[in-house]
Amino acid sequence: MFVAAEVNDNLAQISNVLMYSAMAVYTLSFLAHCMEWVFGSRSRVAVQSAALAAASRASEAAEAAKASAVSVTVATRGGGTMTLERPRVVTRSAGRPAKDGPGAAGTDQRADVLGRMAVSLTALAFVLHFGSVVARGVSVQRPPWGNMYEFSTAFSLMAVGTYLGLLLAKRPVRWLGLPVTTAVLLDLGLAVSVLYTESDQLVPALDSYWLWIHVSTAIISGAALYLGAVAAVLYLFKDRYEAARLAGRDGGRLATVWQRLPSAASLDKFAYRVNALIFPLYTFAIIAGAIWAEAAWGRYWGWDPKEIWSFVTWVGYAAYLHARATAGWKGRRAAYLALIAFACFLFNYYGVNIFITGKHSYAGV
Amino acid sequence: MADSTRTATAESGAVTEQERDDELLQDAERLSSAPREEDPGEGPGPVGIGLVGWLRWFWRQLTSMRVALLLLFLLSIAAIPGSLVPQEGTSEGQFKVLEFKEQHPTLGPLYDRLGLFDVYSSAWFSAIYILLFVSLAGCILPRSWQFFQALRSRPPAAPRNLSRLPVHTTWETAVDRDEVLAAATRILKRRRFRAHLGDGAVAAEKGYLREAGNLVFHISLFGLLVAVALGHLFSASGNKLVVEGDGFANSLTQYDDFSSGPLYDDEADLDAFGFTLDDFRSAFEESGSQRGTARKFEADLTYWTGDGERTKKTTIKVNSPLKVGGTKIYLVGFGYAPVVTVRDGQGQVAYQGPVACLPQDANTTSTCVIKVPDYVDENGKKTQLGFTGTFVPTFGGATERGMVSQFPSLKFPALFLTAYRGDLGIDSGLPQNVYQLKTKNMKQFKKANGDPFAKYLLPEEKMELPGGAGTLEFTGIKEYAQFEVSEKPGKGLALASASLALLGLICSLFVQRRRVWVRATPTEGGGTVVSMAGLARSESAKIAEELADIAVELHDDAEPSRSEKE
Ligand code: HEM
Repeated sequence: MFVAAEVNDNLAQISNVLMYSAMAVYTLSFLAHCMEWVFGSRSRVAVQSAALAAASRASEAAEAAKASAVSVTVATRGGGTMTLERPRVVTRSAGRPAKDGPGAAGTDQRADVLGRMAVSLTALAFVLHFGSVVARGVSVQRPPWGNMYEFSTAFSLMAVGTYLGLLLAKRPVRWLGLPVTTAVLLDLGLAVSVLYTESDQLVPALDSYWLWIHVSTAIISGAALYLGAVAAVLYLFKDRYEAARLAGRDGGRLATVWQRLPSAASLDKFAYRVNALIFPLYTFAIIAGAIWAEAAWGRYWGWDPKEIWSFVTWVGYAAYLHARATAGWKGRRAAYLALIAFACFLFNYYGVNIFITGKHSYAGV
Repeated sequence: MADSTRTATAESGAVTEQERDDELLQDAERLSSAPREEDPGEGPGPVGIGLVGWLRWFWRQLTSMRVALLLLFLLSIAAIPGSLVPQEGTSEGQFKVLEFKEQHPTLGPLYDRLGLFDVYSSAWFSAIYILLFVSLAGCILPRSWQFFQALRSRPPAAPRNLSRLPVHTTWETAVDRDEVLAAATRILKRRRFRAHLGDGAVAAEKGYLREAGNLVFHISLFGLLVAVALGHLFSASGNKLVVEGDGFANSLTQYDDFSSGPLYDDEADLDAFGFTLDDFRSAFEESGSQRGTARKFEADLTYWTGDGERTKKTTIKVNSPLKVGGTKIYLVGFGYAPVVTVRDGQGQVAYQGPVACLPQDANTTSTCVIKVPDYVDENGKKTQLGFTGTFVPTFGGATERGMVSQFPSLKFPALFLTAYRGDLGIDSGLPQNVYQLKTKNMKQFKKANGDPFAKYLLPEEKMELPGGAGTLEFTGIKEYAQFEVSEKPGKGLALASASLALLGLICSLFVQRRRVWVRATPTEGGGTVVSMAGLARSESAKIAEELADIAVELHDDAEPSRSEKE
C-alpha cells in the first residue's frame, strides 16, 4: 500500500492559503454574530414572568393554527389527487410551560440583517475551508486526516457542515451560530499555529483503508457532539433562567441573552437528539478502531490511552442515555453527564494526543 | 403494567385532573419496559424485614436503573487511572512500571497495593463491572419476559378521555360508528400497527423493534464480555526478533518473551509452523519537515505449516499480518544487526555472526551488546569477553554522550564499542537479558595511558584489543525484524456481539414505540364523533404528524360533517 505519492507542493500551498482565507471569513462571521447579539439586546423582548405561562398557551394555539394551516395532498379513490386540509391535531407538552425565544436578533431589524450576514459569511468560509481540506487531501493523495493538524481542520469543517446542514433543513438553529464560529476559530487557530504539520505521506501504521472509516466517523461524531454539548450548556443556563422567572425573580444580568434563546425544553431536546443520533456512530467508530487495531497491532483492545479514553467517553454517553430514562436524573443532571462525556471526548483528542504517549502517537503529534 | 395502574387511578375518581394528566404523560415515558423508578425517599427501606427482606431490597436496588447509572458512571471513572499510570499488561508497559517504581520509591509500593499498575484486572475494577453485569442480568431477564408477554397480549385499551392525551384530534362524521372503526382498524394495520378492535374503540401499537433492539443491545454486551474473557483465558502471545536469513519455529524455547492466559496449554496449543526471514525492507522520508518518518516496512518470509513439507512465500506489512491457523504473525519492529567476527587471544574465532542492536530513538541510534562466553585470553586462560556500544545507521559525528544517528536508514553506518573481560554472569543459571551487559564482575580494557579503551569502526574495519587480547572485525550489516506471534480466540464472537449491539442500539434509539387509539361514539343525531389520540415518548415530535396522517386517511372513510372549530 505504500504509494510513492509525490507531494504536490503547489496544492499544499493553495490549501494553506484557503485555510487562512477561511479563518478570516469565519472571523468576520464571528464579529457579525457578536453584533447581532449586542444589537438584539436593545429590542424589547416581551417576556414577563407571568407571561411565560400565558405564552405557552399562546404557543399551543399557534401550534394548532400551524397544524391546521398545513394542507396535504392525498390520492383519491378515483386515481387523481386532491388537497385536504389537515385535521387539527392538538399537541400538549408536559412539564414547565415555556416558549422559544426569538433568537439572537430579538425583534431588532438591524440585528437580524447582521445575523443573516453572519450565516452567509459562515457559508462562504465553509466553502473555502472545504476547498482547503480537499486540496490538502489531493496534494498527498490520501484522506486528509493523517495528523493532528488535519484532524482539527476536518473536525471544525464537520461542525460547520452539520450546523449549515441543519439550517438548510429549516431547523431553527441560528442560535448555534456564535458558539460554532467561536469554536471553529479556536480550533483552527490551534491547528495552524501549534499543531501545524507539513503536508506529507502517512506513517505505515496509518496506511490502511480503516483510516477512512475509523477516523472519519470519529471526526463526524466529535463535531456533532460539540453541537450537542453547546445545547446542553445553554440548556443549563436557560433552565435556571426560566426557573427564576417562574419564581418571580428576574433572570440575572444576562437575562437579555437567555430570553432570546430557545426554551429550556427545546434546548434539552436538541441536545438529546444530537447525542442519541451520534451515539451509534461513535460506537461504530470505536468498533472500527478495534478491528483496525486487531489488524495492525494484533489485539482489538489493549487499553492504550486512546482506547481508554474512548471507552470512558462511550460509557459516559451511555450513562447520559440511561440518565434520560431514569426518573430523577432527567434534566439538569443528565445534562451534566453529557457535558462530562463531551469533556472526555475533548480530552481524548487534545489531552491524550499531546500529553500521553501511547500507540496512537504518531506523525508530528 | 403501567396502564393498569393508570386506569385504576383514573377510575378512583379521587385524583385531580392535573394528576391524571401527569399520569398520562408519564405513561408516554414508559413506552418501554424500563423499570419504574420509585422516588428515593418514598420506597420502604429494608428496616426490620429480616435477611430475606434485606436481600430482596439489595437486589431491587442493584437492578434499578439508578444503580445501573451509578455503576456505569463509576466504570468510566475507574478506567481513567489506567491511562495515567503505566500498566503491566504489555512488555513495554512492564518496563515503564519498573522505571516508575524506581523513580517513585514511596508511591510505587502504594500503587502496587492499590492495583494501579494493572487497573483492568484489579479487584475494584472487576467488582464494578461484575456488579454492572449482574445488575444487567437482573434487569434484562425480567424485561425480556415482560416484552415477550407484551408481544402476545393486546395493545392497552383506550383511555376514557382521549382529549387528555398529549396528541389528539376529533371530528364528527355522518358515517356509522362500526364502519369508522373498521376503517380505522384497516388503516392502522396497513400502517403496520398491531391493532385491536375493542369496545367502541381501536387500540393500536407499533414500534416493538425499539424494545427488541434495546434488549438485543444489552444482551450482546454479555456476548462481548464472554468474548473478552475467552480472549484473556486462552490467549498467548510472544515476541521474536529474527535477523535476515534466520528462521523461527513456533515452540516455546524460540521466543524472546512469551506470555499466555491461565487456561492456555503452552505445550499442546501452539500451532505448528515456522518461517525464515528472507528479506526486510524499510523506507523513510528523505526530505522535508517529516524527514526520517517511516514510510515503509515489509518483511518477505518463506513459511511452512504442519509437518513442514511444503513452503510458501509471503510478505508481512505493518497493517497486514500473516495468518496461520489460529495464530497471527505481526511485524512490530525493526533494527540493525552488525555482523562481527571476534577472535580470541589465540587467534581462534570465538564468535561470529550478526548482533541485534536495540533502537533507542527515531533515527535508530541503537545500543549493542556482544557476549563472548568461550574466550581464551592471550595467556591461554579461559575467561569471558563482553562488548557494549552504539550502532548508528547514519553517522553524523560524535557528541559528548556518544554517537547519535542522523537518519534511520543505512547511509553511513558506524559502530562504536568498548570491551570488558571477566565473568559475564551467564553461568549462574538465572535468565539474563541478552541486551544488557552486567559489568559488575568484569574489567574494562584500558588504553596504554589508562583511559578506557573504545573505538569507532566503519564496515570492514577491525579493532584490536590492547595487549593482543584479541580482535573484533566489523564485517557487515543485516537488518532484523521483530515479530509478534499471537493467538487470541474469541475475536469472532467479539465482532459478532459488537455488531449485534450496534444494530440493537440503532433500533433502540431510532425506532419510536407509540400507541394510537381511535374511538367512535354515536351521537344523538345519528352521526358519529371520531376521536383519536397518540402517545409516544416526549422526545418524539413525529407522533403529531403521524396522527394527522392517519386522520387524513381516515377522512376518506369518515368524512367530517362539521370540523370542530373552537
Ligand atoms: C453494561 C452496561 C450497560 C451499558 C453499556 C448500557 C448502555 C445503554 C445504552 C447506550 C442505552 C441507550 C439506548 C436506548 O435508549 O435504548 C441503554 C438503555 C437502557 N438500559 Fe442500559 N446499559 C447497561 C446496563 C444496563 C443495566 C444494568 C440496566 C438495568 C438496570 C439497563 C437498563 C436499560 C434500560 C431500561 C434502557 C432503556 C431506556 C429507555 O427505554 O430509553 N442497562 N443502555
